[in-house]
Amino acid sequence: MKDTEGYITEDGRKIGGVVMEMKNITLKFGGVNAITDISFDIREGEIRAIIGPNGAGKSSMLNVISGFYIPQEGEIWFHGKPRPQMRPYEVARQGIARTFQNIALFEGMSVLDNVMTGRLTHMKSGFFSQAIWKGRAEREEIANREIVERVIDFLEIQNIRKTPVAGLSYGLKKRVELARALAAEPKLLLLDEPMAGMNVEEKEDMCRFILDVNDEFGTTIALIEHDMGVVMDLSDRVVVMDYGKKIGDGPPDEVRSNQEVIDAYLGVQH
Amino acid sequence: MFYRTAGQFKTTYRDDQALFPIRQDGVLVGIFLILAWAVLPFVASEFAFQTLLIPILIYSLAALGLNVLTGYAGQLSLGTAAFMGVGAYACYKMLTIMPWLDPVIAILLSGFFSAGIGVAFGIPSLRIKGFYLAIATLAAQFFLVWLFEKWAWLYNYNASGAIQVPNLTSVAAGGNYVAGPLASSLTQYYIVLGIVTLLTILTINLTRGTLGRTWKATRDMDFAAELIGINLMRSKLSAFAVSSYIVGVAGALFVFCWRGAAEPNLFDIPLSFSILFIAIIGGLGSILGNYLGAILIVGLPVVLNTVPPALGIPISSALVEHLNLMIVGGLIIFFLIVEPHGLARLWGLARQKLIVWPFPY
Repeated sequence: MKDTEGYITEDGRKIGGVVMEMKNITLKFGGVNAITDISFDIREGEIRAIIGPNGAGKSSMLNVISGFYIPQEGEIWFHGKPRPQMRPYEVARQGIARTFQNIALFEGMSVLDNVMTGRLTHMKSGFFSQAIWKGRAEREEIANREIVERVIDFLEIQNIRKTPVAGLSYGLKKRVELARALAAEPKLLLLDEPMAGMNVEEKEDMCRFILDVNDEFGTTIALIEHDMGVVMDLSDRVVVMDYGKKIGDGPPDEVRSNQEVIDAYLGVQH
Repeated sequence: MFYRTAGQFKTTYRDDQALFPIRQDGVLVGIFLILAWAVLPFVASEFAFQTLLIPILIYSLAALGLNVLTGYAGQLSLGTAAFMGVGAYACYKMLTIMPWLDPVIAILLSGFFSAGIGVAFGIPSLRIKGFYLAIATLAAQFFLVWLFEKWAWLYNYNASGAIQVPNLTSVAAGGNYVAGPLASSLTQYYIVLGIVTLLTILTINLTRGTLGRTWKATRDMDFAAELIGINLMRSKLSAFAVSSYIVGVAGALFVFCWRGAAEPNLFDIPLSFSILFIAIIGGLGSILGNYLGAILIVGLPVVLNTVPPALGIPISSALVEHLNLMIVGGLIIFFLIVEPHGLARLWGLARQKLIVWPFPY
């Protein structure tokens, strides 16, 4: 597979060129190698999963992508250019949005305000315009509210839009968090265990939303998930990590039959 | 019944994002504005102006400034009084150096000086938060008051070490005196009310817009805020700047339109705490709370002073002071335990009840 060419998935979706490429990433915390020499790419429009046993370095990988951790070695290529070292908020402004393993919503704000906060990277009005609530600030609020309402409709959370986030159920909070990430209209959406702690119905809902996001907006998605059934169903390609190393990479079927992956998950006699 | 929202439909996002989406809220605020602008000034006595109306407005403005920083952006500050002092001294020096400057303009400009100092003392917030930041702002409190005392240039080498407000006229008051012994309470009240109204409107807009959401995101979950695209440094420092500006203007009004004179120790810690109490009792993260809190904190000693004698109960001024401290202390503990969101939340709950009345939910 070459950079500019894509491939066609089993279900007939066309996957484009490489959006993001991780080249030989190594991340150390003191003497611990969280990630050792990992390379993989994420292509436009695909759902890319990162799996692995606990402590494999999946969340660290996501944190490297969103600029929260700075790897000691290796480069991150985004849209065909090496990405200079940048702060997490600058990464977000490049069009990378994410959700968190432990929900990180703004508890003191309503659902609507949380999702509106996701639009911040698109808000350009100046201080004085905001202070008098006229001109650009007012137009921007209304224009962005329309986009936010589309996301709220899409994720079916209309009835709670004015509710404070603090009182919502876990499943709804996860959905609001996805809404906040989607509101940014990201080029790349990172999902850190979107289905952790959910029951079967909630998982099915979430799967449907992830597929719909990918389908309707063409958003590229990279996700970490423990539920193998979900990962195998959802994703186009899977990266498997174990002890900070990459042990497998490819379509779900290929990964599933990979001996190293089976060993990592089921254990092996040494 | 009085707060029925049925039938108030909104067909555009502009309507839904209006300042008062519920009509009754707007009517209520209108009534209070008419009361403050057109009724109270003509029925209030000199005593009421000087002990209630003017100080309530000034204290609520200072609390509004603190609330931007602590209630909205989540950065705890114990240096409010010192930033008020910066505003007051900046105003005094500006009017000394440029006597032709209109005092109302000078008061509004003086806020920029405290904004600058506030940003400088806000820099530690980039590394530390919570109690540790409170201690850092406490350093500002001690350092600035020390500076007001030792830097004789600030009080024009006055032998008493205090600043004395001269008689000043302003175009904004139609050429009447707005500061100094010759100024009438009515004029001063209108100047204070005008500035407080203006800054309140601007603050409401800021807190409900993009900047307000940036602040609240920083307060609620700072790392998520950063990963969503918020520059935490800008968010925190802008909160320090806006907050200190408002507090500085309140400080200038405090001296120029109310006290008439100021010694450095006026801006000592007790004033910082009074304003923090107003913000806490009124409700952190609310605009309305600042006014409710100020009415309570400023009004309580006046009520204690005047009501018992009127009922024929003799009460000494020392006892009033002690009672005041005890009641305020008790109220703070009460609110921290029972309703951490303060008087504003109590009103919010009452309003919710009124909306669904006569049904329980």
